[in-house]
Amino acid sequence: MKSFKTCAALGIALALTACSGDHDKHDVGGTGQDVAPQVNAGPVPGSEADLVASAGDRVYFALNQNQISGEARVTLDKQAAWLARYPQVNVLIAGNCDDRGTEEYNIALGQRRANAAREYLESKGVNAQRISTISYGKDRPAVDGDSQDAWAQNRNAITSVR
Amino acid sequence: MSFFSNKEAEALKAHFSRRSLLGGLAAGGVIASPLRALAQGNSASSPEITVANAHQAPIPIIVPDFGPGVGQRIASVIAADLGNTGLFQILPGEVPPNVQPDFRALKARGARAAVAGTVVESGQLRVEMRLWDVLVGQQIQGTAYTAPVADWRRIAHIIADVIYQRLMGEEGYFDTRIAYVARTGPRRRQTTRLAIMDQDGMNPHMLTDGRWLTLEPRFSPVSEEIAFLSYAQDRPRVYTYDINSGRQRMLGAFEGISFAPRFAPHGKAIILSATTSDGGADLYQVDLASQQRRRLTSSPGVIDTSPCYSPDGQQIVFNSDRGGSPQLYVMSASGDGARRISYGAGRYGSPVWSPRGDVIAFTRIHQGRFSLGVMNPDGTGERILTEGFTVESPSFAPNGRALTFCRQSEAGAGGAGFTSTIGVIDVAGFNEHILPTATGASDPAWSPKRR
Repeated sequence: MKSFKTCAALGIALALTACSGDHDKHDVGGTGQDVAPQVNAGPVPGSEADLVASAGDRVYFALNQNQISGEARVTLDKQAAWLARYPQVNVLIAGNCDDRGTEEYNIALGQRRANAAREYLESKGVNAQRISTISYGKDRPAVDGDSQDAWAQNRNAITSVR
Repeated sequence: MSFFSNKEAEALKAHFSRRSLLGGLAAGGVIASPLRALAQGNSASSPEITVANAHQAPIPIIVPDFGPGVGQRIASVIAADLGNTGLFQILPGEVPPNVQPDFRALKARGARAAVAGTVVESGQLRVEMRLWDVLVGQQIQGTAYTAPVADWRRIAHIIADVIYQRLMGEEGYFDTRIAYVARTGPRRRQTTRLAIMDQDGMNPHMLTDGRWLTLEPRFSPVSEEIAFLSYAQDRPRVYTYDINSGRQRMLGAFEGISFAPRFAPHGKAIILSATTSDGGADLYQVDLASQQRRRLTSSPGVIDTSPCYSPDGQQIVFNSDRGGSPQLYVMSASGDGARRISYGAGRYGSPVWSPRGDVIAFTRIHQGRFSLGVMNPDGTGERILTEGFTVESPSFAPNGRALTFCRQSEAGAGGAGFTSTIGVIDVAGFNEHILPTATGASDPAWSPKRR
């Protein structure tokens, strides 16, 4: 999973050479010769990088809330459409919180956010069996730092390919 | 304080190997035997000392070196234990061992009490200690302690406990440990290890390898066991850890996340919180022997968490957002009659009942800042003890006179300047100090008195 994220950060053109994990996948069904980097290639279809590029992997929440905002709905609709395209792919939704709550309450609040995202995807026809959830409370912040902006980014539910 | 890199943390872990931990714990303990009294004194008695009046006027006590080398180190640990309570004023000076001291001279130096001691090292340590009431000219304690040399710190803590107990009339809390979470690495992805140290921050040992996120250790009140939350196999659940054997046991497979464990006062059951598929969390009691569970709360979509028993086991304080925002509630141990007790400004969390039964400590969050306080079990008498960017996870010393807690600083861009430390403060709000830890630290849990 980490290598996918690294790929996304490095940019897609570099990804094929930079990440051995991706490279392996490209070799499957190949000719046995090295596959040259394809400058115009997008992310591997059905991969996490593809999810990030096609739908966006995360939605954000207001302080102490688990309501799915209009903006989040747009992202989750895209995730549902993407999941419909790749029915073999299962996902994990991780709920997270900013650090302005207690450790224990935030574990439950993060789970509540992950559930809210899961329920929305289910309402859009994604099979419940394909979605698992987890919460890291405030212990896996997406963004370092303690600004209003950082907190807003840390109140999220992040979908990743299992 | 800077965090160790993961590489450094690995070296640290190797240093604090299980072998050294077991060696320390299996050291055979400390044997205490009485010493002959050197002065019986007259029938007069000193004015009574209590914790309350010692807060107003700390007890002046002379703690001399118990000799060179280890004798000096023992005396400095005793002085630090007593001095950190704020109830004692440590005076330097000599007090001759094995003879009745010149009480008039000690009194002239301003002492109310005085300690004298000697150390003999011959394979084992033999430490003789006498405690004198200077005002009435009387020996109030005389004890010899023998133990393996490696246990010199433990002897010092036991002596400090005896002095505290004899002068304050209450059990001390120095021969105790604190379980905690050791944190290394960048803030966004910290490596967390279950760890344990003496109550003064010395003798740290890493108990788990840091592979999985590990949080919320809680001591058993009766055994060498810790309950904690582990994300092992990416399935966050409550486990118990046996300190002596290193054995871990999962406490039941719940459908959701099981977390926020606390032992019942008799130690035979654990109360915890488990998330539900409707976005809430319910409270359960789990029997340790049979693993049978009983659900205590079940409001749809409501988060009930951070449960803690009263010391008599009759009531439970917990954190719930059933009224809209996280607040504190008290109910019976069977789950009936929940009533809200927190009414100050802001949100409340992580309540813990004092072992004395008299107060409940809590975290309060208001306008983005945390404070740590205590209130009566009926919600009256709220007092804030300390505050900061993050102060949370309070845990009481076994006599209820002090709290340990986690203090974290605000992080700048990229996580710069973030620190996570363990503090200790007394329930009156005085004498706050940070324990020395080699890595970042959080989630402190104070042990009961060692046996």
